[in-house]
Amino acid sequence: MNKRLSWFNVTSLSLGFAFLYLPMLILIFYSFNASKLVTVWAGFSTKWYVALMHDQPFLDAAWVTLKVAVSSSTLATVLGTMAAITLVRAGRFPGRTLFSGMIYAPLVMPDVITGLSLLLLFIAIGLDRGIFTIMLAHTTFSMCYVSVVVSSRLLTFDRSLEEASMDLGASSFTTFRLVTLPIILPAVVSGWLLAFTLSLDDLVIASFTTGPSSTTLPIKIFSAVRLGVSPEINALSTLMITVVAVGVVGASLVSKRAILKQQREEQEGERV
Amino acid sequence: MNLRRIMLIAVPYLWLVALFLVPFLIVVKISLSTTAIAIPPYSPTFDLAQGWAGFKDFLSQLSFDNFTFLTQDDLYWKAYLSSLQIAALSTLFTLIVAYPIAYGMARVPDEWRPTLLMLIILPFWTSFLIRVYAWMGILADEGLLNQFLMWLGVISKPLHIMNTPKAVYIGIVYTYLPFMILPIYAALDKMDESLNEAAIDLGASRLSAFWLVTLPMSRPGVIAGCFLVFIPALGEYVIPQLLGGSKTLMIGKVLWDEFFSNRDWPVASAVAVVLLVILIVPIVLFQRNQQKQQEAES
Repeated sequence: MNKRLSWFNVTSLSLGFAFLYLPMLILIFYSFNASKLVTVWAGFSTKWYVALMHDQPFLDAAWVTLKVAVSSSTLATVLGTMAAITLVRAGRFPGRTLFSGMIYAPLVMPDVITGLSLLLLFIAIGLDRGIFTIMLAHTTFSMCYVSVVVSSRLLTFDRSLEEASMDLGASSFTTFRLVTLPIILPAVVSGWLLAFTLSLDDLVIASFTTGPSSTTLPIKIFSAVRLGVSPEINALSTLMITVVAVGVVGASLVSKRAILKQQREEQEGERV
Repeated sequence: MNLRRIMLIAVPYLWLVALFLVPFLIVVKISLSTTAIAIPPYSPTFDLAQGWAGFKDFLSQLSFDNFTFLTQDDLYWKAYLSSLQIAALSTLFTLIVAYPIAYGMARVPDEWRPTLLMLIILPFWTSFLIRVYAWMGILADEGLLNQFLMWLGVISKPLHIMNTPKAVYIGIVYTYLPFMILPIYAALDKMDESLNEAAIDLGASRLSAFWLVTLPMSRPGVIAGCFLVFIPALGEYVIPQLLGGSKTLMIGKVLWDEFFSNRDWPVASAVAVVLLVILIVPIVLFQRNQQKQQEAES
């Protein structure tokens, strides 16, 4: 192996990561600025965080967002896993091409079109718009992401385990519960997390499918941000970035430990 | 076919038919309708009660007027062209920024790689809206970039970047960078380093070894990355709205305004249908590229 890091590699990596992270670090830095002007530093202060905690519309919007994200990602995980099993395991059935098309199309569909089409549907069937319609919309696009994540795991696992379980007399449902599900569980969990963050993050589809009474956090942020940069939004962004960073770093440490543990067990197994 | 198996297929199937296929057909149908001052604000509406005659009547009232309208008003074709241009150019810029990073990552010692990969993926999990917003304070006329450059003495007057297409390019490159880095890194990571060494042993310079060996080997990753940036960038709404100002014309914004400000549902639907037709070409090409890659691997 003769892979040496040249000065070019070092420079491009440093510049690249600076480009990725500087804007977010600047955002975090200025959330502690005492001045209302975001670009002029006037001393350290946490007053924008305090203001945020007392901003009832923001807290309400955060609550709506959380409710939508938890319910839609859970429903999407169930539907997406079912769809993945159907795609990978069901073999031929009438309308299979249409089905796989409907799984992949929402992944590349621009948000404005998804939002517009769902809104027109809700109007056509006379459904009142609000939390429930946002939830339906989010479930629909995120179940497709879940099914892609889960089906890639289903494709790579050893089917003989399932066959062994069936041969030993387990029903197909018991086999799913005791054999298949534990194996695909990491993919199901990451599918859920993906669906959850997609829902937290979505502005465009939620704006189309929401009603006058329910505002999500991205909609709230968007309407505040259109008027310009504000320190309170910086404080909110800092909180959101921190939560995600802790979550992602934590998850990767946990999975790293799991891999190390597995490797150790395998080595011990070889020794025996 | 037992009942459980039918349920397993039917539930997600019907969900997608009801909430993806049917809404899409409604968009197509409304794009063929005419604007009316009514609730809903278009005609004809389809009345099931009248049966077959009603359906024939309904069909005869459909028209392609909205699509002809799109070709006549130059706002629309200009918006499509400028979306294509912005998406294509920013894909190119993203590639130029991403390639050296992916290349550096593929050469870093193995024990660093998981950390670097996580650092690339982390921004993907943080809110898209916040990442776009972060640039508003940087690019503004009195923003941090201009303050910094003026402090350095590079410029004497602030650069006007915010509310121009330049800010949109920066926003797209920034937010879609991980989508370009990851597939290129995956392709470079699989590459056999000895090929490069062989080229150098046989007398190629480092640069020509890169040009003749490394770059062609990373082609599938480059192609995949370009599609992953180009396709979502084409229909982008948030970035042109927040960073591009009123001078930047992109079709996602036109569709939004047509629907929310002008309340012209048929035209908004027609804009959506045409956007989809334009998107089909890159999507099919992308699908083919992925299939070819899978076949090459197996």
